[in-house]
Amino acid sequence: MSDVASRPFTYQFTQAPCGGLRMQLMATEALLRASGALWLEAERTLVVADLHLEKGSSYAARGQMLPPYDTRETLRRLAAEVAALTPVMVVLLGDTFHDRRSEGRLAADDAQSLRDLAAGRTLVWVVGNHDADGPQALPGETTNELALSGLNLRHEPQAGLQPGEVAGHLHPAARVTATRGSVRRRCFITDAERAILPAFGAYAGGLNVRDRAFAGMFVRPPLAGALGVGRVHAVGWRSLAGD
Amino acid sequence: MRMADSAAPAADLLPPRFADWFASRGWSARAHQLAMVARANAGRDALLIAPTGGGKTLAGFLPSLIELSERPPANAPRGLHTLYISPLKALAVDVERNLNAPILQMGLPVVAESRTGDTGISRRQRQRIKPPDILLTTPEQLALLCAWEGARLYFENLRCVILDEIHTLHASKRGDLLALDLARVQQFAPNMRRVGLSATVDDPEVIKAWMSDHAKGGNHSVDLVRGPPGAEPIVEVLLSEGRVPWAGHTAQHAMAEVYDVIRKSRTALVFVNTRFQAEFAFQELWRLNEDSLPIALHHGSLAAEQRRKVEAAMARGELRAVVCTSTLDLGIDWGDVDLVIQLASPKGASRMVQRIGRANHRLDEPSRALFVPANRFEMLECQAAREAIAENKLDGDPPRVGALDVLAQHVMGCACSEPFDLLALYDEVRSSGPYRDLTWEDFEQVVDFVSTGGYALRTYDKFRRIVRGQDGLWRVRNAETAQRHRLNVGAIISPAMLSVRIAMRGGRGGRKIGEVEEGMLEMLEPGETFVFAGQVWRLVGVTNLDVLVQPAPASDPKMPSWGGSKFALSTYLALRVRRLMTDQPHWQVLPADVREWLEAQRDRSVIPAEDEMLLETFPRGKRHFMVVYPFEGRLAHTTLAMLLTRRLERAGSAPLGFVCNDYAMAIWALNPLDGLDFAELFDEDMLGDDLEAWLADSFMMKRAFKGCAIIAGLIERRFPGEQQKSGRQITFSTDLIYDVLRRHQLDHLLLRCARDDAATGLIDVARLGAMLARIKGRIRHAPLEHLSPFSVSVMLEIGKERSPGQSGEMILREAADDLIAEAMQ
Repeated sequence: MSDVASRPFTYQFTQAPCGGLRMQLMATEALLRASGALWLEAERTLVVADLHLEKGSSYAARGQMLPPYDTRETLRRLAAEVAALTPVMVVLLGDTFHDRRSEGRLAADDAQSLRDLAAGRTLVWVVGNHDADGPQALPGETTNELALSGLNLRHEPQAGLQPGEVAGHLHPAARVTATRGSVRRRCFITDAERAILPAFGAYAGGLNVRDRAFAGMFVRPPLAGALGVGRVHAVGWRSLAGD
Repeated sequence: MRMADSAAPAADLLPPRFADWFASRGWSARAHQLAMVARANAGRDALLIAPTGGGKTLAGFLPSLIELSERPPANAPRGLHTLYISPLKALAVDVERNLNAPILQMGLPVVAESRTGDTGISRRQRQRIKPPDILLTTPEQLALLCAWEGARLYFENLRCVILDEIHTLHASKRGDLLALDLARVQQFAPNMRRVGLSATVDDPEVIKAWMSDHAKGGNHSVDLVRGPPGAEPIVEVLLSEGRVPWAGHTAQHAMAEVYDVIRKSRTALVFVNTRFQAEFAFQELWRLNEDSLPIALHHGSLAAEQRRKVEAAMARGELRAVVCTSTLDLGIDWGDVDLVIQLASPKGASRMVQRIGRANHRLDEPSRALFVPANRFEMLECQAAREAIAENKLDGDPPRVGALDVLAQHVMGCACSEPFDLLALYDEVRSSGPYRDLTWEDFEQVVDFVSTGGYALRTYDKFRRIVRGQDGLWRVRNAETAQRHRLNVGAIISPAMLSVRIAMRGGRGGRKIGEVEEGMLEMLEPGETFVFAGQVWRLVGVTNLDVLVQPAPASDPKMPSWGGSKFALSTYLALRVRRLMTDQPHWQVLPADVREWLEAQRDRSVIPAEDEMLLETFPRGKRHFMVVYPFEGRLAHTTLAMLLTRRLERAGSAPLGFVCNDYAMAIWALNPLDGLDFAELFDEDMLGDDLEAWLADSFMMKRAFKGCAIIAGLIERRFPGEQQKSGRQITFSTDLIYDVLRRHQLDHLLLRCARDDAATGLIDVARLGAMLARIKGRIRHAPLEHLSPFSVSVMLEIGKERSPGQSGEMILREAADDLIAEAMQ
């Protein structure tokens, strides 16, 4: 690691017209979208992580009546990405459901939205710790990992350096402090060798990338792609603050 | 209405044991104390208004003590007789001590005990099983008692409830909750009398409306009893070498004189309006403290332990001065205080009367107070406050409508204590003052919210928190739900607080110094220094809930906020300031330099008439400025500025920025502003679409929503067996919920609550609306060549938020001299 880390490195990225950040991930061109999705143009594949569908009803079942609109809000945003990019494959990168009973609690129209998502394209459910069995009745293919144009797509990032890994699970968030105030946003975090996606779900929280859960994962100080309004902001490691 | 009188001779009202006790102390019962006994004998509710030191508390308890002393002995426990509610925990404990003195001296068979959040578990449990005769507690504890199973049995023998410092309890969400619990307890104990105690009340009818039983005649069911007027307070205004600064909030210029006054007093309370002003004044006084006088600091961010130490030292008479914020507005009696100093503007006449009342608790001697204005507008304000106090004219509280998030919490509490009938509960709720006009539709909506969250999408019907049984009654779903509710009772929402700890090796936090609001840190970078708890610290870093610091005694601290008061200038005081400003012969009472300033304003710009709003426009540098003087407080001005900015943007004026203080607002733009149609610009319709569009995304709505979500029980602060959730986590998730709810159900109950809260509190739309109506057709435009004497104070606020440390102060001072020279040309 010290060998690679000591080499001078400049992140190469460009701001795409859509507001996203275009950059190389290993040898593959990736677009970090302002929605929090990852777009792999060469494969026409859209990747989203940690939808946590039915988180609201999961809390409601325990007596805390969060608004029951999180699933439709998340699916609405996903449908907007699909409409904008017309992917041939959509990869749900794990923890798509908040718990094992979530699928059974889906409202009929929300379940239909998910079926619509699979129509005419491949829908891949990479399973995570919250939804280890994959969907019961909904269409799509279930897998633990997916290899795609030199990248490894899985839910939970593996320890140590993992060149080519694209994962979710950690819900990265970036805090940036300025003299007039501070802002905390969900973010991509990447060292151009691996990338961790922000949680896409409407009620999914965020873990500060300065947290020790992210330690030892990157070959060099990583770059955060913080989700702004219609734009991803590239933020260097030194500008990131702890909570 | 029957007026209380003291016609009945003392002998008829006081049993011998009590008469003897008064005599043995060399006292005789005061007329208002006897009047309270007479009101009790007549079975009437009563509101007692008597000055501090007038034996008010004893007057409240006397009827209960007499009744309790005349009861025949009983074998079985008889339940609670009298409930005393205080706004402060410390006050409940102090009253317990003061009340037990006469009980002991007379040998009365009466048990009086306090119960607060700090009371030990075993004592609290015993109090539930075997209640004392008199229980002294807080509104939050009452809400909790009402949410327990068996609440009806617990309160069924209650005869009297005493509400102390009632003027601080009523006009808030806390007051809403208390009024609902009063209505509840009244159902359990139909013979219960209500007694209110207060020292400062502007409009007794407003208080009566809040405290009375509206199923029993409302205001007419409460008799007003007035104590003797206390001695007139002596209020002076400090003039430092005869000068008043043009701008500023800290009164730094007068600190040497303040120190001198402290040295000549026995004990002084030095009130300021913000925690940072408190830290600043404390530092300044200690810098001057050549005699090493024991001067202490007291504000809400200090660790509870440290505050208690200061209070104890004060009670022992060991301190010469305490620099404090509103944390000491109320509280236990400190006999030794002989002077109250108000640094910077008083903001309201009622608050000042309350603060002045902290000095000298003897009726026959006047309280002494000293105002120290920090700038010239504050000089006008101090003078206006002084005159208002002399005329005994206080700020009125606007009538309050009970909040629906509080009602939601209460409905859940009712279900936790026993099954309820929907109609009966509706009637009960409407018997309370704040909810007397509650519509059935709103009530139903609240109950649906409590049960299922109140969503148009009915997917939660199977998860109901309260369910309707076959008997038609509503009850809580299960014991666990009830327990979780009880853990989250209360209507005080504090901002997210972080612990300040000394940094240890390895990034751990050591000893806790106190707590700060999350927002304060956003202005500090690691490595920078700041004042806290009377010392200078360097920020090392922030971990999850801890702020790690190291002592940095020799450094110049950065002041995290120069902001003025968090209290808005009261509407009434603002009116008096405008009046004083207009009344030229009256200027005689003002110091010479303030008079000159007013005359210069008259000659170089305009002194508006009392009902006019002055609007000045002038170029400065490459910018065009507009300064208005609504005198409606910083919050309302900030809202006005945000809305005006949108309008100026549309008008093509290219606005660049704005700045506000309590008196004025300045906006600057690239293009000239003097040719605009001001009547149109300030038209009331700005409170329509412009306000809505701005509110949708404003952080103030999100903050208000969070408060409502917590009070209404949508977000839980605490779970059984878990530590209190950090405010930080709550902030994040309520913002997500707010966004989702706004998109999918704009008419949801909690969005309505948040909007109401934001409109009255954080953005003060109510006051802005009243102001826009007031100035319609009365905008007095003064097109000027350069800035006016009045404008200097607000112009000096520009860039102030970014002026760290001493060097910034220098720049500021230079800039100030420039501006003043320009204004006086």
